[in-house]
Amino acid sequence: MTHTGRNKIQNKGVAITGMGIISAIGNNLDENRISLLSSTSGIGDLKHIHSKQASQIKVGEIDFTNEQLIEILELPKENNFTRTALLGLIAAKEAVANANLTIDKSIRTGFISATSVGGMDMTERHFKEFQTTSETQKYIASHHLGDGTQKIADELGITDFVTTISTACSSAANAIMLGARLIKSGKLDRVIVGGTDSLSKFTINGFKTLMILSDEACTPFDANRKGLNLGEAAAYLVLESDEFVEKHDKKVLARLSGYGNANDAFHQTASSETGEGAFLAMQKALEVANLSASQIDYINAHGTATPNNDLSESVAIQRIFYNSIPDFSSTKAFTGHTLAAAGAIEAVFSVLAIQEQSIFPNLNFKTKIPETGLIPTTVLKHKHIEHVLSNSFGFGGNCSTLIFSKA
Amino acid sequence: MTELKTELKEKIIEILNLEDISISDIDDNDALFGDGLGLDSIDALELIVMLDKDFGIQLTDPKEGKEIFKSISVLAAYIDAHRSK
Amino acid sequence: MKKCYIHSAVSISAQHSFESSGFELHSISGKKVEAIHPNYKEFISPIALRRMATGVKMGVAAATKALQIANLEQPDAILTGTGMGCIEDTEKFLNAIIANEEEFLTPTAFIQSTHNTVGAQIALSLKCKTYNNTYVHGALSFESALMDAQLMLQQNEATNILVGGVDELGAEIIDAVRLMEDKTSDGINLPFGEGASFFVLSSEMKNEGIELIDVQSFSAISTETIHEKIQEFLNLNELSFLDIDGLVLGNNGDAFDTYYDNLIAHFPETIPNICYKQWSGEFYTASAFGLFVASEIFRKNEIPQNWFKNKPSKSEMKTLLLYNQFKGRDHSFILLRRC
Repeated sequence: MTHTGRNKIQNKGVAITGMGIISAIGNNLDENRISLLSSTSGIGDLKHIHSKQASQIKVGEIDFTNEQLIEILELPKENNFTRTALLGLIAAKEAVANANLTIDKSIRTGFISATSVGGMDMTERHFKEFQTTSETQKYIASHHLGDGTQKIADELGITDFVTTISTACSSAANAIMLGARLIKSGKLDRVIVGGTDSLSKFTINGFKTLMILSDEACTPFDANRKGLNLGEAAAYLVLESDEFVEKHDKKVLARLSGYGNANDAFHQTASSETGEGAFLAMQKALEVANLSASQIDYINAHGTATPNNDLSESVAIQRIFYNSIPDFSSTKAFTGHTLAAAGAIEAVFSVLAIQEQSIFPNLNFKTKIPETGLIPTTVLKHKHIEHVLSNSFGFGGNCSTLIFSKA
Repeated sequence: MTELKTELKEKIIEILNLEDISISDIDDNDALFGDGLGLDSIDALELIVMLDKDFGIQLTDPKEGKEIFKSISVLAAYIDAHRSK
Repeated sequence: MKKCYIHSAVSISAQHSFESSGFELHSISGKKVEAIHPNYKEFISPIALRRMATGVKMGVAAATKALQIANLEQPDAILTGTGMGCIEDTEKFLNAIIANEEEFLTPTAFIQSTHNTVGAQIALSLKCKTYNNTYVHGALSFESALMDAQLMLQQNEATNILVGGVDELGAEIIDAVRLMEDKTSDGINLPFGEGASFFVLSSEMKNEGIELIDVQSFSAISTETIHEKIQEFLNLNELSFLDIDGLVLGNNGDAFDTYYDNLIAHFPETIPNICYKQWSGEFYTASAFGLFVASEIFRKNEIPQNWFKNKPSKSEMKTLLLYNQFKGRDHSFILLRRC
């Protein structure tokens, strides 16, 4: 039903006028672009966190220490920014500069950020000292997920609509979706949307207990995949109303034309065999964009490289695209799985794919999964790209899909 | 062996918080997963840690659990053959 | 644009609020106060219940009952707000990491610690595959969910939505927060609390219903301009200060209560005002309990005098304004009308 074979006329979608990113493959947009075009992965050994698991895992870690980030951001030495907030501020500032924004109270500007870790990187260090050691007490208030968002909004001068979303690994896709709906409905003129998550002992050990961490660089969609690599990152997009874009003659990088959110309602952590949630999310996104499946030129898959996700996602992709599967790849072998930030990281990569008219490779793939036989794009491929579909799925059955289209 | 089986039932009830179930409710040959006790993949991971912690048996692939956790009898026999604690 | 009606309101709180018929409010005291818990076995299967911490139980039970009252089997969306998320399991897993030095860790506490667990477990219990989102922005967590619900109904993206706010006390971080508050003389002067309040919102009108006219939030407002922002909000909805029949406020006894004082000063002295946190305790989604109290006001024919902070002259309550803020940040306005 989704696959009509006939091209539809795409909904105009919401204008994207700026982007910012920091990840294991680069500290800004250009560095990320260069790494993607040169197939340079950011996966390596854990450096900043002292963990017993260090020798058994690979991660996508950002080189900067917290102290370096504080210096770059010119924050006062005495602050209670957590790493999640620091990374978020770097990327959010780049997005604002990239879109040439001046935050002005006369324009209703929102900020919607996603995170799953929040202030955990500091909480896990000081948890047992909060009651007794006064130097650590400043991090009590920075534990909850909204704190980092508020700090970033304050630094950007946004006092209006500010909120935080957390639906595990689909969080940032949902933040982007909410922002787009607020622009479409006219509630906001512009909104900065995305997500940030830092690595933490908490998540490293958590994923370890699920036995889904690989001790090697991850191999998405490979038959012999051993699990995921965790990563840390932050990325934001600037969305603006068409009225505003026209009035200020703003350059549009790409458009967010479709979005879908569905729940797998199968299991707290595992995805269903039929990939029902993923299927429904993709179907909904195509519907909102008013596109047929055959119009998608590239899928930036969730592709975490866990046995469960990649099989379930492959099945869902086959249910949507039948025998004409578009080029697809997971970029998690570049950045690691950046949890709540992943949807935003891959939104930026989707827009870069449109700008570069290139499909970024699915690194480390060798053997196709026998059940589905899907083969991702494994080397950089130049082609005409109009529409990119990006998937993000999380614990709790949360499945979200975004579609990005050429401006 | 009977002792080990009883110990395992006790452990399973405690670790998996099976409040309404008592040792006598679990037959040695009952299926633990699926239609039997209704346990799922998360319970399997809990039991894998129990094997490591209490019996010194390390499983690296969660799929191995599928066979081992078939029933109390199968589990007890496996532990008996492989335990280092 | 479609309108937005409240079809059911259910709350688990420090009060006997979960019981079906008229409950009486009692005062609470101490450093922290737990919710009065119903028998969860009536609402949740034993196999699911065994893994659930307090917040998940409260959330699933309140959500289930809210759907029952609204006579709704499957909502078109499930929207959950939570400030601290599943802090019990978060603390449990953190303690296990510390105590076992990263060894012999088991997954249950970790997977139940993610902030979207309540929304996910509601979806799982209903096998509900629709839009599901979780908002985690401190004192605006519930309001963000409410705003999204209103947006969905207005834009015709949904007809019936389950929306709620939930927070559990936890054991350790809450004591650290209490310690910080008690260090200053003008800290939060109420017990910390917990609870879950869930509502079914619908674009379809029912007899003697409640209309959610509007909800708006701001990250920052100064004490001097709070009344201007409220005025703008009322004007936007074609109302003035004089159209408001009652104020439902989030006072918690700290220094930032001046926001409420400054606002009240712009209304007639005799306007009824009700401060709900004295009954629920303070927590990030206490404002969901505030909305529950407001809906009870509409449901009751006569409101007991001890609900009011002042001695109001007005008795007819048609339009209510809810205002909440936390530490001078995260301001929210909610407008309700009996219809």
